[in-house]
Amino acid sequence: MSIFSTRRKPPRVGDALLFRRSLIGIVFVLVAFVIIAPLVIIGVEAFSKGWQLYRDTVIHPDTLHAVMLTVLAALIAVPVNTVFGIAAAWAITKFDFWGKRFLLVVIEIPFSVSPIVAGVAYLFVYGLQGLFGPWLDAHDIKILFAVPGIIIASMFVTAPFVARELIPLMQAQGRDLEEASTSLGASGWRTFFSVTLPNVKWALLYGVILCNARVMGEFGAVSVVSGNIRGQTNTLPLHIELLYHDYNATGAFAAASILALIAVFTIIAKVALERQGAGRVRKQTNPAEKTS
Amino acid sequence: MRRRNVLPGLPLSLGVTLFYVGLIVVLPLAALAFKAASLGFEDYWRIVSSSRSVASYRVTVLSALGATTFNLFFGLALAWVITRYRFPGRRIIDAVVDLPFALPTAVAGIALTALFANSGWFGSVLEGFGIKVAYTPIGIMIAMCFTSLPFIVRTVQPVLEDLDPALEEAAQSLGGSDWTIFRKVILPLLAPALLAGVSLSFARCLGEFGAIIFIAGNQPMSTEITALLIFIRLEEYDYQAAAAIASVLLLAAFFMLAVTNWLQARALRYTVKG
Repeated sequence: MSIFSTRRKPPRVGDALLFRRSLIGIVFVLVAFVIIAPLVIIGVEAFSKGWQLYRDTVIHPDTLHAVMLTVLAALIAVPVNTVFGIAAAWAITKFDFWGKRFLLVVIEIPFSVSPIVAGVAYLFVYGLQGLFGPWLDAHDIKILFAVPGIIIASMFVTAPFVARELIPLMQAQGRDLEEASTSLGASGWRTFFSVTLPNVKWALLYGVILCNARVMGEFGAVSVVSGNIRGQTNTLPLHIELLYHDYNATGAFAAASILALIAVFTIIAKVALERQGAGRVRKQTNPAEKTS
Repeated sequence: MRRRNVLPGLPLSLGVTLFYVGLIVVLPLAALAFKAASLGFEDYWRIVSSSRSVASYRVTVLSALGATTFNLFFGLALAWVITRYRFPGRRIIDAVVDLPFALPTAVAGIALTALFANSGWFGSVLEGFGIKVAYTPIGIMIAMCFTSLPFIVRTVQPVLEDLDPALEEAAQSLGGSDWTIFRKVILPLLAPALLAGVSLSFARCLGEFGAIIFIAGNQPMSTEITALLIFIRLEEYDYQAAAAIASVLLLAAFFMLAVTNWLQARALRYTVKG
């Protein structure tokens, strides 16, 4: 059969027409059921009682306040994690020091720890039961069950995002360019802004976008430390839960549709950045292996 | 043969990194471990081995196993179809695979509940077959499947992309059937990446909270996951129990992290050289 095939390449394993078509078919069906259907139902449910109710939910002061708080958390947590990511990537990829592999593992810890565990851990640092709790209380500083707690918990959950995108790429690019730049007399900052940054800008943006999506959507860690005070410490994901448990499913889906929209934009931005080459190097190099 | 490093910025960048990791990651986890350790062995053991705790580990681990097994096959099929076939819609499939990462877990949770509730699109059909999903362990499994699907696809995909076609051609010229070649040539090459994806996916399932609490019935002893039990203990102001049970999840996370790192190092040992 392969002799009469018009394909230029010889058939590879799994290229038999029937197998190929059925596998593609199965994948399409499963993707439709598992991934697309949940996205579609959000829109359907959000508008199930008409545009008016959707609008009322979205412009309700509690929803708007939740949106503001979510945006505020992102505006603080994302830049802080970006600075951290750049610093970590610079230290890890441009220098050799003892304990580097261990540091890489520690940076990745937030990815494997349950957000609930993260929330509880913060309780034992800043809560009344915790290390700094009594001191903070005596000085009348509120971190837990207040906005700072929400922001710090979000920082924990998303700490590795930018670092994880930058480290493999900067590892692969090596140190030659930076060494040339400094030996020609450029300062460290000049080297970073004129040599390193242009080479990693897409990967940086990629990490920032993924970090942002996670900050805005974080639920578990934030729900432990927020105290869930309506109109005060409610982020958008917490507001969804509140509406849902108030038997206002339509309202919950209306609020959810805002986050779903952000998710869709995140995916589109991700694809666009991947066309620029971001997110590719991670797959080919292991930073831990290449430390000399 | 190490060259002298001329680059500036080590004290600043490493200082910022260590300070931030220390403050944001290490300090809270140490505080949690300290709190759990201060309980004393007997109290600690009594809490973590209580029948309600054990029931929560059981439902969490079993659901995570079920979800990861499903994702193993589905994820491999997805990665295979995306990398080896060209067909209309391939790019869209490749893009939407990441949706479970981008969609907040609470949003996923209410969406899945709406789909699988008795009156929902899928729930009403499954009801006809006598299968109840929402508010049962199957619901927990489905929520876990959704949130952890991208892990396996995204760890297997690059290895599949870099697979040397010459290996398959050699096997073909020796007369191997497709199935034999897949089993004896391709699968062993994919295995480390596949296992790394499996362990990432499993770790994520163990810790998942947001997507599950909406669709699970949250009944103690049957559909209450460990993460939720921690949350309930907190709401009861039983901080000691919360710390103890959270330390169990933390240990599980560290164990999975170690397994994943080991597997990833193995997986990349083959691809980097190839």
